[in-house]
Amino acid sequence: MTELTKHEPHTVYIKPSKGLAALNLRDLWVYRELIFFMVWRDVKVKYKQTLLGMAWAVIQPVMTMLVFTFLFDRVAKLPTEGIPYPVFSFTALLPWGLFVVALNQGSRSLVAHNNMVTKIYFPRLILPMSSVFSGLVDFAIAFVILVILMFYYQVTPAWNLIWTLPLFLLLAIVTALGVALWLSAINVQYRDVNQALPFLTQFWLFATPVAYSASVISEKWQVLYSLNPMAGVVNGFRWALLGTGNGPDITLWVSVGISILIFISGLFYFRSMEKTFADTI
Amino acid sequence: MTTAISVKNIGKQYKIGAAESKFRYNMLRDVIVDTVSAPIRLAKAMIGKSDRRTNQNYVWALKDVSFDLEEGRVLGIVGRNGAGKSTLLKILSRVTEPTVGTVTVRGRVGSLLEVGTGFHPELTGRENIYMNGAILGMKRSEIDSKFDEIVDFSEVTQYIDTPVKRYSSGMYLRLAFAVAAHLEPEILVVDEVLAVGDAEFQKKCLGKMGDVAQQGRTVLFVSHNMSAILRLTQEAIVLNKGQMLMRAPTQEAVDFYLSSGQAQAGERVWEAEDVPAASAPFRPISLKIKNRSEKVVDTVRSTEPVTVEFEYQLDAPITGLRVGMYLSTMRGEYVLTSFDTDAPNLFEKFDSRQAGRFISRAEIPADIFNEGRYTIGVNASSFGVRRYFMDENAIAFNVDISGAPGTHWPEPRVGPVRPRFNWTIEKLD
Repeated sequence: MTELTKHEPHTVYIKPSKGLAALNLRDLWVYRELIFFMVWRDVKVKYKQTLLGMAWAVIQPVMTMLVFTFLFDRVAKLPTEGIPYPVFSFTALLPWGLFVVALNQGSRSLVAHNNMVTKIYFPRLILPMSSVFSGLVDFAIAFVILVILMFYYQVTPAWNLIWTLPLFLLLAIVTALGVALWLSAINVQYRDVNQALPFLTQFWLFATPVAYSASVISEKWQVLYSLNPMAGVVNGFRWALLGTGNGPDITLWVSVGISILIFISGLFYFRSMEKTFADTI
Repeated sequence: MTTAISVKNIGKQYKIGAAESKFRYNMLRDVIVDTVSAPIRLAKAMIGKSDRRTNQNYVWALKDVSFDLEEGRVLGIVGRNGAGKSTLLKILSRVTEPTVGTVTVRGRVGSLLEVGTGFHPELTGRENIYMNGAILGMKRSEIDSKFDEIVDFSEVTQYIDTPVKRYSSGMYLRLAFAVAAHLEPEILVVDEVLAVGDAEFQKKCLGKMGDVAQQGRTVLFVSHNMSAILRLTQEAIVLNKGQMLMRAPTQEAVDFYLSSGQAQAGERVWEAEDVPAASAPFRPISLKIKNRSEKVVDTVRSTEPVTVEFEYQLDAPITGLRVGMYLSTMRGEYVLTSFDTDAPNLFEKFDSRQAGRFISRAEIPADIFNEGRYTIGVNASSFGVRRYFMDENAIAFNVDISGAPGTHWPEPRVGPVRPRFNWTIEKLD
């Protein structure tokens, strides 16, 4: 508190941003540590004052998997392309869980932190971004369970998962972030998003091959079906880890295209709304 | 000298009445039309082709404001509520964007408003220091190097690894303030009107501001307290209805502000456009603070009675009307609530009032207030039926305590009231 900061202060130009606002990635870089701290805080706080703590990250997907196994394997006897149903569904529940966190936490991230938004400047993108990233921690924990399951059921993964899995994880993150960007920005002005979320989550789960195999969809509907980017993500995870499906084909590229479209448009929509967040929240 | 802040023709437009119109359906038809068109409106808004500019009211909270501020200067900003002071600070600290114009800011802008932003009750003091520091834009290495200093300043050393939800509110505030105070921004903005906390905390804020100014940093200071403005700033700008009326050495600016009648010098007048349409048939006209000799003043003496006069017009008769005031300190703690028909005889006589002009007058007895600044909020309602009008910050006034009980000890006293008690002392042996 005794001397002036030694470094040369950088100059900031404040002016109304026009049209498709510049992304201002420079600020995002300057504030990169904040992303880390937000994720760290989310993870730290999430299981505070719970009896079971981090175990919840395991219990939630495992319970869902058990319910699915009972309903769709024992009762409905859905085809699983030769993979034991628990492994088959759990593989899909991993990226799906990441997506649900993004959908729910991400959409509410701006509104939930309105005291930060109305009081100080920081790149607003950090809020939906860090919600998505904090989902990765749960993902990592659940992944360990998957490895155990695969050992137990003696499912051998394809060797190329070393590079395919990270790519599909990236696709899952891009999809989740794109949707979170759209919904969080809309939520600032229209809280209808909060009302629509439970329905949207449920609907999206049915539209994604989590509980069932994408092969049950008839050939002519496959491309239409892959307009849901999560279908591409889930099929990709199964292909990379279990070797099911056809691997990358036209349906995957449709999903990837849609996913990138949602992400880029979400980024620009978010940026164009950002200037009024503090006024409308 | 280099320029720290350069503001050029900035303006900020806000939408008004949107929330209000949304809930004021007159006919079922409107409700249906509105419900049916909602998805279309949503879609329009999303692609940026919102129709709001055409059918909703916009107001300029700030218009055509330009000024340059050199490094190391302390600039005061004065103006009544709604003059645009807070909007200006929000634009400078990049919380919101201007609608037009540009600002060039050299260096980091910090404000003491950010105190405790991002604090999480479940995290420990140590964790919150890092979290809060990162939110304020500090680098991790910067926080590391100042960590010990921050902890010392906050005086919570032994609880630093305890979750802050176990802290007392005083400890919490001290820790939060310590982080903000060590941010060391090149430019500091202080909005005294919105500052929270106890008297001691406010004093700390002002003290910190003085330190900062002495180190040659640039400070912008918004306050309703003219003596603080005079004491702490060299220059001031006067804002009125979003426009900058003048920039001058502080003494001159304050004189202008006080004499031009826009200061809330013990009187608040509601113009027709200040009154929301929803308050009809109740229409507030003026609120005055008077001292013992019937003069309208903005500073009253604690040892004298104070009269509060609220004048209003009823455009139609109202049954069950009660008009009253909320008295609170500048920090937002309520001191008391009182209504004009609290007394049974007045309640019988004025329970229903004819159309016409009225004054509700309250005499607050002497020996009530402690030193400081208080706000009066006014309220007109029918109990359990409807609230016609409410302004929680209608007027503010200062209290001078010379001659009040205990003033022979030159020390500040805590608490908003300073009554004269009937003490007796007995010697027993």
